[in-house]
Amino acid sequence: MNVRNSHRTAWNVVGVALFVVMIFPVFWMVSTAFKRDDQITALTPTWFPLHPTLRHFRDALAKPFFWTDVKNSVIIVLVTVGIAMVLAFLAAVALSKYHFTGRKLFIVLVIGIQMLPGAGLIIPLYVVLARYHEVNTLTGVILVYLTGALPFSVWTLRGFMLGIPKELEEAAMVDGSTRFGAFARILLPLVAPGLVATSVFAFITSWNEYIFARILLNDSSKQTVTVWLSYFLGSLRQTDYGALMAASTLTAIPVVIFFLLVQRRIAFGLTAGAVRG
Amino acid sequence: MATAAGTTTEWSRRRSLTWRAVARGAVPYALVAPVVAVMGAILGYPIYSLVRISLDRYGLFELIQHKGVYIGLKNFGSVLHDGVFWHTLVRTIVFAAANVGLTMVFGTLIALLLVKVSAWVRLLLTAGLVLVWSMPPVVAVQVWNWMTNSENGVLNYILTELHVGNYFQHNWYTTPFSQLSMVTTLIVWAAIPFVTITVYAALSQVPRELIEAAEIDGARSWRVFLDVTVPVITPVLLILTSLSILWDFGVFTQPYLLIGQPHINTGNYLMSIYLFEQGYVSANFGRGAAISILMLVIVAAMSVVYVRRMIRIGEVT
Repeated sequence: MNVRNSHRTAWNVVGVALFVVMIFPVFWMVSTAFKRDDQITALTPTWFPLHPTLRHFRDALAKPFFWTDVKNSVIIVLVTVGIAMVLAFLAAVALSKYHFTGRKLFIVLVIGIQMLPGAGLIIPLYVVLARYHEVNTLTGVILVYLTGALPFSVWTLRGFMLGIPKELEEAAMVDGSTRFGAFARILLPLVAPGLVATSVFAFITSWNEYIFARILLNDSSKQTVTVWLSYFLGSLRQTDYGALMAASTLTAIPVVIFFLLVQRRIAFGLTAGAVRG
Repeated sequence: MATAAGTTTEWSRRRSLTWRAVARGAVPYALVAPVVAVMGAILGYPIYSLVRISLDRYGLFELIQHKGVYIGLKNFGSVLHDGVFWHTLVRTIVFAAANVGLTMVFGTLIALLLVKVSAWVRLLLTAGLVLVWSMPPVVAVQVWNWMTNSENGVLNYILTELHVGNYFQHNWYTTPFSQLSMVTTLIVWAAIPFVTITVYAALSQVPRELIEAAEIDGARSWRVFLDVTVPVITPVLLILTSLSILWDFGVFTQPYLLIGQPHINTGNYLMSIYLFEQGYVSANFGRGAAISILMLVIVAAMSVVYVRRMIRIGEVT
């Protein structure tokens, strides 16, 4: 028993050490954002900002185009997620409740498309969007994001819907409801958590996307906040790391909040099939 | 009269039944139709164009004209005869293998550690991992830029203080190997949480009675691990490995931004950056299309294992 306890203590020490190492970059970002400039440029680092300042946050927010680009990101993400949810929900119902010819092909495409590397699609999407004058427009970016958000949402929603017992649905039908009635009264409330989780995850993926936003949006006033952050370093020799870390913290905050809300569900949704298989 | 009327009703009833059956059969198609139509327009059509463009001379002039000049397989010929392509391919494979290997080994070890530690440590470590998982890639790149900068980066300070060596004002971005190594630290750090949490979920599905039964039988702990635990988590490890291979092979944002656009050159190209520079930046879309097709074919070949497994899951349920 004693041996077991001392083993456990040793493992606990390793666990805490790993926690410190993994969390350090995030800690360092937030800590730097609150430090005074002389603490940032000093050769010997200051670990905790004992006299925190909000100056870097004010500097970051005052940078040109921050709010414009945040607005662009919000528009792109909301429209993408809205369209993806409605269309993907319908397809997910078909996949989870019906057997039909071509179902297998559809599944192959839904999974296969998610495996395509984004970089491999730069050229065709750019050229086609240029053909329809959708380069440097938010619409173009939304269309590109849908190519990823749609298959992802179809597949994830399907997983959530399979979790709904068929008996519930059948019970509603026996009660004299039509299939649509059963769907609206029984299925929809049950699948709502899945819809929320899937849309939040699609939201995060679109918010974080970099390469297509970088390629398609040229005007500073049309870029997304991710591209805005990537240009932050600028060409100055002396980088304002305090403001850079403040801007990074601001960009990460909405993602972190949303992610913490749904992580449990999505981790389940992504791996439910894998574990079962 | 009566019979005729009866037959008519019978007939019309039967007809309406058939109609209903047809309508019911059409429901799933109606449900998937919007997704299929939209995906056809925004992805199917571009991929068709990709094939067309890869056979054309297609530069800025052709982009404005919306029409390329057919040159057959010349784009593919020039890419396949380009030494840079082959060097980049090998470099990307080695890079992806290193990233996947490190991610899987560390991710799995931390998952096994989670089983061993006390509840409060497990909670602490899991919370930390989820926070890391949620970091946007571009944010993580900027944090790495700050931590590893040569003038006052905290990495050099820590390494020097720990007496690993003298890293005072050490520049981590001088050689391709060291540049890509820094990219690897960033990617592995960011990818560990997904692997750990998924493997831990699989580990918690290992039946406790089975382990206890084996222990009562006097089996050694590593034997129990090999015979009971490993078979349960193997399918999960396989899926995670194939997913990681696909992601790390096509990675763009982290190497492009961490190495920094001015320092990108043929010596540190990864596949996606090679494609970006030679297709998009130099506005040679025909050549870029050929590289894209080669890259997509390689990725498709690698993803066969994963896709087949997922389809089997999709079919059963």
